[in-house]
Amino acid sequence: MSDAITGPQDGSALLPEADELYHPHSWWTRYVFSQDAKVIAIQYSGTALAIGFVALILSWLIRLQLGFPGLAAFIGPAEYYQLITMHGMIMVVYLLTAVFLGGFGNYLIPLMLGARDMVFPYLNMLSYWIYLLAVLVLVVSFFAPGGPTGAGWTLYPPQAILAGTPGQEWGIVLMLISLILFIAGFTMGGVNYIVTVLQARAPGMTLMRMPLTIWGIFTATILALLAFPALFVGAVMMLLDRLLGTSFFMPAILEAGQRLRYGGGSPILFQHLFWFFGHPEVYIVALPAFGIVSDLISTHARKNIFGYRMMVWAIVAIGALSFVVWAHHMYVSGMNPYFGFFFATTTLIIAIPTAIKVYNWVLTLWRGDIHLTVPMLFAIAFIVTFLNGGLTGLFLGNVVVDVPLSDTMFVVAHFHMVMGVAPILVIFGGIYHWYPKVTGRMLDARLGQVHFWITFIGAYAIFFPMHYLGLLGVPRRYYETAGLGFVPPSAQSLNAFISLVAFVVGAAQVVFLFNILRSLKHGAPAGGNPWHATTLEWQTPETPPPHGNWGPTLPVVYRWPYDYSVPGAPEDFLPQNQPDPAHAGAVP
Amino acid sequence: MAHTAAGDGTAFRAPPSTLPPTRWHRLSAEWAGDRQVFDGASWRKAMIWVFLLSDTFVFGCFLIGYMTVRMSTSVPWPKTSEVFALEIAGKPWPLLLIAIMTFVLISSSGTMAIAVAFGYRRRRRTTAFLMGLTALLGATFVGMQAFEWTKLILEGVRPWGNPWGAEQFGSAFFMITGFHGTHVTIGVIALLVIIRKVWRGDFDTGRRGFFTSRPGGYENVEIMGLYWHFVDLVWVFIFALFYLW
Repeated sequence: MSDAITGPQDGSALLPEADELYHPHSWWTRYVFSQDAKVIAIQYSGTALAIGFVALILSWLIRLQLGFPGLAAFIGPAEYYQLITMHGMIMVVYLLTAVFLGGFGNYLIPLMLGARDMVFPYLNMLSYWIYLLAVLVLVVSFFAPGGPTGAGWTLYPPQAILAGTPGQEWGIVLMLISLILFIAGFTMGGVNYIVTVLQARAPGMTLMRMPLTIWGIFTATILALLAFPALFVGAVMMLLDRLLGTSFFMPAILEAGQRLRYGGGSPILFQHLFWFFGHPEVYIVALPAFGIVSDLISTHARKNIFGYRMMVWAIVAIGALSFVVWAHHMYVSGMNPYFGFFFATTTLIIAIPTAIKVYNWVLTLWRGDIHLTVPMLFAIAFIVTFLNGGLTGLFLGNVVVDVPLSDTMFVVAHFHMVMGVAPILVIFGGIYHWYPKVTGRMLDARLGQVHFWITFIGAYAIFFPMHYLGLLGVPRRYYETAGLGFVPPSAQSLNAFISLVAFVVGAAQVVFLFNILRSLKHGAPAGGNPWHATTLEWQTPETPPPHGNWGPTLPVVYRWPYDYSVPGAPEDFLPQNQPDPAHAGAVP
Repeated sequence: MAHTAAGDGTAFRAPPSTLPPTRWHRLSAEWAGDRQVFDGASWRKAMIWVFLLSDTFVFGCFLIGYMTVRMSTSVPWPKTSEVFALEIAGKPWPLLLIAIMTFVLISSSGTMAIAVAFGYRRRRRTTAFLMGLTALLGATFVGMQAFEWTKLILEGVRPWGNPWGAEQFGSAFFMITGFHGTHVTIGVIALLVIIRKVWRGDFDTGRRGFFTSRPGGYENVEIMGLYWHFVDLVWVFIFALFYLW
């Protein structure tokens, strides 16, 4: 395999394009309208975390209503629907997708691959500003007449655009425009991430020497570029239905005895378009988390990742499978039953590559030199949480089991575990891990421990009982369950317990915010490589890395990213750019 | 950071390939190699292919959506051969206008391809002339589309209804041809921008772009061409699935 490496070995002969680094001329072009991927990454993460805190407050209000119905007089049924809709949409699209791809992607792809920047810095800058515009349009919808849309985060028509759904006047229109903007901005970033991975790696950096973080982000970006078009088209069509009175998604409808002008459209078409985006979206969020967790575990257990090649192929297989499972979200939508058979089969097949990944993480930990640092705690918590969420996925993937569980709190618990809590634990772990590289200072570990334990135990205390509520038959998206004969009164006390925990967990995030802000000035100096990690971003000549990342010459890569505890090596890690063939790892 | 070999695109090419000659060995060596997977492909060319793949999914979803509502609607679909007929000398000519539009757009792909060839020979003025011809044909296409829209609107076709049948006919027609026409219009604008650069000799002198501050090359003509051919190819599918079906 090594004879296939044809590039120059000293790193001095750069591709001519590498000379074409944009050089900022002023404070504005350096820090605000910056074309440097690292600055763009911080802008993306900051914006996403800010809007994420809004979503957190929305979730508090949801829990306030569910746990203590009627206590907050300003939450009526309409407001409740607006809360759950905006909470879901912000968390899935504007926080998780943006942080993993715009934040971690922008920061780590060039640094981990030994590139000076993304390949199209100008386009990359535009990507962020259009994302910011999308976020602002979303925020504006809170203040529009009628408020934000309350159609549920899936925005199913016909109800999404009919009178009676809150936000029907402006909320839904602004929501759809915001999504269209988000997709346009993401596409600009996405082509950058893909071409940078494919065409701009350092000498010696083969695809099979890329850290799993990059494999995860790269595959997720491909998914996003192929899945977002479906949401884009769905949003355009619904916008036309709402504004021009077309009937793409609208069948003939009677409303208060009046026949509406709509007729002949297909509501299920929207569900297909939405979930053709929506299911890959789960993996757009999960695959970067898989990758980051692999790197965190290997680094903090001082052990090479178990089964690197299988980990790569599992990511690719999950990515491919994620495009043929979408209709498992539609078992109760009235499809041909044979479709359910097909989609249940493909859904359950995904368990194989994901199980490979979970086994390999555990086998990486097995007899490793485990350091229970804050990033490692979050990584281990991710494995547990993801495994839990995955196992309930086996229930929901089967048609016969799914039908009684559909639209119950069981589903809410499942997807919060698997694509809510689990990826967010990885975001936290990633921030604790890479913050020293971004700022040159460590985050406070004691505050980190407090943040971790409250968040982790709290997340379980919130979502584990929710499974039970779902099995009891408590429906999701209900403003209140009082008076429903099939819900036992004890469900209400459980709901109150969940809400109390949710308030504590939400408040604990202030500790995290405080830690980030305080450590900027007062954190312990980190040095270039505080975790003794092997990957290239820790080998930059300066920390934080300056514009252009690498100084005069690009790094040259000699080994895979997981040479930890190599027998006979002077230290327990061999950086990827260390040219010592005698201690090369077992895998090229 | 001096930019030396401007113009012919060599500055944006990797070092000469040392990959094995046979296709399969080459494929495997490229994907197993370092630095870049597509040996010799510039960043911008790789980018346009990735973008076009994504855009393919956009048009694919539009067309699938159109076919779905065509099946879901309970009202008969208007007869496209009658709707899209031009009356000349008292006789209806089915699909005449659309045949001319298709002919014009396909021809513009031809002139674009020749422009790319002349670009790589560094024939500045011929390249600019042929690209100008392409832009003119593209603008003609958009103009005829505007004529077609006007004609249908005057006959009473609206996005929310029409005199002949299923209202989804007008919805899908305006949405899909509108989205495609937007692509053609953006293409014409991009052509004009690149024509200006070719005519002024930017790709020979290595003059830097206003926004990106990067020098271009005659490869930009080819990248423009890839987009243009894509928009043409999409039209073939719209023509077949909307007008002929």
